[in-house]
Amino acid sequence: MQLLLQLKQITKVFNEGTLDEKVALKHVELSLQPGDFVTIIGSNGAGKSTLMNIISGRLAPDTGEVVIDGKDVTTMSEHDRARYIGRVFQDPMAGTAPNMTIEENLAIAYNRTVKRTLRFGVTKKRREFFKETLATLQLGLENRLHAKVGLLSGGERQALSLLMATFTKPHVLLLDEHTAALDPARAKLITDLTKQIVETNRLTTLMVTHNMEQAVQLGNRLIMMDGGQIIFEASGDEKKKLTVSSLLQEFQRIRGSQFASDRAVLV
Amino acid sequence: MITALFSSVEAGLLYALMALGVYISFRVLDFPDLTVDGSFVTGAAVASVLIVGGVNPFIASLAALGAGFFAGCATGLLHTKGKINPLLSGILMMIALYSINLRIMDKPNVPLLQQETVMTIITKAFQRFDQALATIFPFVPKTWAIIVFGMFLVAVVKVIIDLFLKTEVGLALRAVGDNKKMIASFSGNTDRLTMIGLGLSNALVAFSGALISQYSGFSDIGMGIGMIVIGLASVIIGEALFGAKTIMRATLAVIFGAIVYRIVITLALRVQFLETGDVKLITAMIVILALVVPQMVAARAEKQRKARKRGAAVASTQADYESV
Repeated sequence: MQLLLQLKQITKVFNEGTLDEKVALKHVELSLQPGDFVTIIGSNGAGKSTLMNIISGRLAPDTGEVVIDGKDVTTMSEHDRARYIGRVFQDPMAGTAPNMTIEENLAIAYNRTVKRTLRFGVTKKRREFFKETLATLQLGLENRLHAKVGLLSGGERQALSLLMATFTKPHVLLLDEHTAALDPARAKLITDLTKQIVETNRLTTLMVTHNMEQAVQLGNRLIMMDGGQIIFEASGDEKKKLTVSSLLQEFQRIRGSQFASDRAVLV
Repeated sequence: MITALFSSVEAGLLYALMALGVYISFRVLDFPDLTVDGSFVTGAAVASVLIVGGVNPFIASLAALGAGFFAGCATGLLHTKGKINPLLSGILMMIALYSINLRIMDKPNVPLLQQETVMTIITKAFQRFDQALATIFPFVPKTWAIIVFGMFLVAVVKVIIDLFLKTEVGLALRAVGDNKKMIASFSGNTDRLTMIGLGLSNALVAFSGALISQYSGFSDIGMGIGMIVIGLASVIIGEALFGAKTIMRATLAVIFGAIVYRIVITLALRVQFLETGDVKLITAMIVILALVVPQMVAARAEKQRKARKRGAAVASTQADYESV
């Protein structure tokens, strides 16, 4: 089967040659099969966000290649690459335009894969489609098409962001700690929605999370990163058997002494 | 007095096109673009030189529109590809345009009084209509031609802007001003969109400059000084007076803002101790007032609301005591 996302020998160093030099990623190799749902955990500075930014094209790797669906996109600009990638950010404000209405936001998301023209963004036909899609969130947003997105709560905005990133069926879905800024009830709502949307659309997904329980519950593969490298990986049955405590033990075994200071961040 | 107000409405309508341009850069793109001071004159210069050279004034005005588009794109290029801060990109372009405008005109001032312009053509076409109106409104001494033409033109431009901002490209343009990170993640090329937006904005500004030069009968190298502030004044006054809930409402507000601004200036200059040279000071004062007063009103209303709430709370606790 064709691999959907391939990272080959990705290395990224910030401030190279200065006192602040920081190796963010060291020869990272990662391959995703179609339909893979990978959760990524790791302490602060492990390189998770850098990895996401390199896949999305916000950052260019120093060495290595990013291949999406058999196509080398390493030098492709962020906005061109967005045709293959759906993204949800940690900040609920980041994924939507606050001064535009819900339907206008959806129209913008609709054009992720289709070239923008001088036709109207919201047509009658599209509005019906938007309504149907919004109804799947079960938040009543389908009745508020003309409301400005800035008026929605953080949870509603993040649910909308998730929908906008996924309803056009991206090749790869990147979720960057997208529940971290929400209160527990809202975070659960978004987690459930994520599970539902990824499963029904069989989306190939990479999810960064700080929440170990979430990482254990969701997805068919789990990756642990530290110091710019993938230090632990579990998939299939091995992943299913993982628990938070076994994961912590694993982390302790690999990292030893550093563990104590990281524990607070991880749990 | 009526004559003065009449011509301030005329001028207001023509300046409204410039104000709509400023609305696109300042509000839609969230880009404080100072190119306006230069591109306004570029429009006037291009149109005047072409008219003096014998080109049809309508075509000359459209050429001005095109010149403004390029000026705006150049500012966009400085900001997006040159990574220069928005204010500085605009200032650099404004300064550069000063020299370019002088080159276009070849002298600091091009008179158009002897030339056939858009305004003379329109006025001529309206002669019979004017005679009919003169019997109904004998107190209005001038022609109605320019007002009717101005209203028509502004209405057309307004509708085009309203419709454009609802197209797929228009929505993306608005998203650039609202959330750059978001539109980039939905494959919007923010650099290109910024350039298009600034191009459109300055095209309107230059078009307005072309019409104003034909209206006042000359173009002058200094006619654009402070133009950005006048544009901002129109946008801010309009929004404060007429609201900006939707795009359609906002563009209408900007047009009315431009007219109200002209009327206020006309009235202010009738005050004995004020001189023509004080216009810029008055403009600055108007903008400051339009920015500060709504805040003060809102703060006051908030304070009163809180006071009332506190009063109600006290009353209810007293009532509780009494009922006990």
